Amino acid sequence: MSELSELYQAVILDHNKKPRNFHVLENANHTAEGFNPLCGDQLTLYLALEGDVVRDISFVGTGCAIWKASASMMTQALKGKSKPEAEALFNEFHQMVTGQLDEEEEPNQLGRLKIFAGVREFPVRVKCATLSWHTMHAALNQQEKVSTE
Amino acid sequence: MATIEQLIPIKPRPSDGWDVERIRKDFPVLRQTVNGKPLVYLDNAASSQVPVMVIERGAQYIEQEHSNIHRGVHYLSMKATTAYEGAREKIKRFINARESKECIFVRGATEGINLVMHGYGRKLIGAGDEIIISAMEHHANIVPWQMLCEEKNARLRVIPMNDAGELLLDEYDALLNERTKLVAVAHVSNALGTINPIKEMIERAHKYGVPVLIDGAQAVPHMPVDVQDLDCDFYAFSGHKMFAPTGSGVVYGKAALLEKMNPFQGGGDMIKSVTFEKTIYADLPNKFEAGTPAIASQIGLGAAVDYLSIIGREKAAAYEHELLVYATERLSAIEGVRIIGTAREKLGVLSFVIDDIHPHDIGTILDQGGIAIRAGHHCAQPVMKRFNVPATARASFAFYNTKEEIDTLAGAIEQVVEIFG
Repeated sequence: MSELSELYQAVILDHNKKPRNFHVLENANHTAEGFNPLCGDQLTLYLALEGDVVRDISFVGTGCAIWKASASMMTQALKGKSKPEAEALFNEFHQMVTGQLDEEEEPNQLGRLKIFAGVREFPVRVKCATLSWHTMHAALNQQEKVSTE
Repeated sequence: MATIEQLIPIKPRPSDGWDVERIRKDFPVLRQTVNGKPLVYLDNAASSQVPVMVIERGAQYIEQEHSNIHRGVHYLSMKATTAYEGAREKIKRFINARESKECIFVRGATEGINLVMHGYGRKLIGAGDEIIISAMEHHANIVPWQMLCEEKNARLRVIPMNDAGELLLDEYDALLNERTKLVAVAHVSNALGTINPIKEMIERAHKYGVPVLIDGAQAVPHMPVDVQDLDCDFYAFSGHKMFAPTGSGVVYGKAALLEKMNPFQGGGDMIKSVTFEKTIYADLPNKFEAGTPAIASQIGLGAAVDYLSIIGREKAAAYEHELLVYATERLSAIEGVRIIGTAREKLGVLSFVIDDIHPHDIGTILDQGGIAIRAGHHCAQPVMKRFNVPATARASFAFYNTKEEIDTLAGAIEQVVEIFG
């Protein structure tokens, strides 16, 4: 079951158990809700933007391990990033999990997020991995609600 | 930990001589591997598999009888019409309707319920009226009534349930009153497996003169149903959950009610005459069957009824109960597994959660082992809310499943627990 162990790596399981930045952000100036009606994953994403820069970011919600770990690691990756940098990273992440980017061969800024490459072997789980990213994108652009359907 | 008797009463029913290996040969789809493992199909409550006999009957129509029904005077149209109406006759006997015209062919239980909502509800339910449903309904038996209530300014009332997943009949009694215009409840819960005491519930509603619609999608494939004995006013079910192709299904209605109702959709085949001034609708059942139906699928449904008669429904039901008891026993013995839905009367549906592991992660890991289960809210979000879980994993059984498959399931669940340790 190598594909399974590729998907459920220790780091992902750890973030599932102990999600980082998993709380309401009191000083947030951008928020958005994300919802995956297929699985019932749902989250609220909080952004504290200072000008163009993500000063702080957090989330709350319920969902599967892939969703939670992805949201948790996204919040870590985006702190201090500018809006265009965040969007660029979303784009690379999306391309990686949908099999359009070879994270080992092609240049990218994914870093530790490469751990989610295994998701591409599980097409029905791509939505779980990308929900928090879509929601972040909406928060940046001030849309209120996001659905992956 | 709860004992097995607390989780499910074990009823000694005879299933001796159930040759499951022989039965499995009738289902070609089961002969395949998934992710390198033999397919273990435990998602029967979502959709069941189709036996060769049904496939061949549908194929025979397409190869030798295909044409439109009810309108041609030519040979093929007569053949097709005979086969299609023959299927209706089989359904009539299968559910013991008084007349075959009381069996309206629809796309599935959802369409059947919507037909009653439009034909009966929109005509006969108005402002201030009340509709009673239950806390364990599938969205198909919630949303149409909500839409109606919104349109008519009527009120939706909900029968609550206890922690085992059993409806509270005293509360039901308290909800029934002279404003009640319809009761709509599931015969069997798709998320919990509970068999509701519908005969008693129908009797109580009838004391107020209130008609009752039963969502029988989960019941008809797995237990004998007699609509006259139940005295239900409407009974809807889907073909694809009873070993027939998708697109087939039935809503039974008492003739007198169906006569009173508005048609559902307008179009060809549901009319006697059409002018630009006035249309005269056809008699039952055609009044409710506008347009060309899923002829091959409905003929297949007729063949599925034959198949169930040949294998023996009572025996199949007894065997499925054995599987449920065995699975309940195996799964409840695994540390961290909690079974959702422990009603005294249950069919072969086993919903469960494991600690705080999300059901979708369970589903993915099981799929890698070739095991198909459903993970999610089962189109019953209020049920999930009632049990305070976002979703459950659900294994649901049919008479072609084996105890070995349940062992495979239990082994894979142990692996899930190990991974998430």
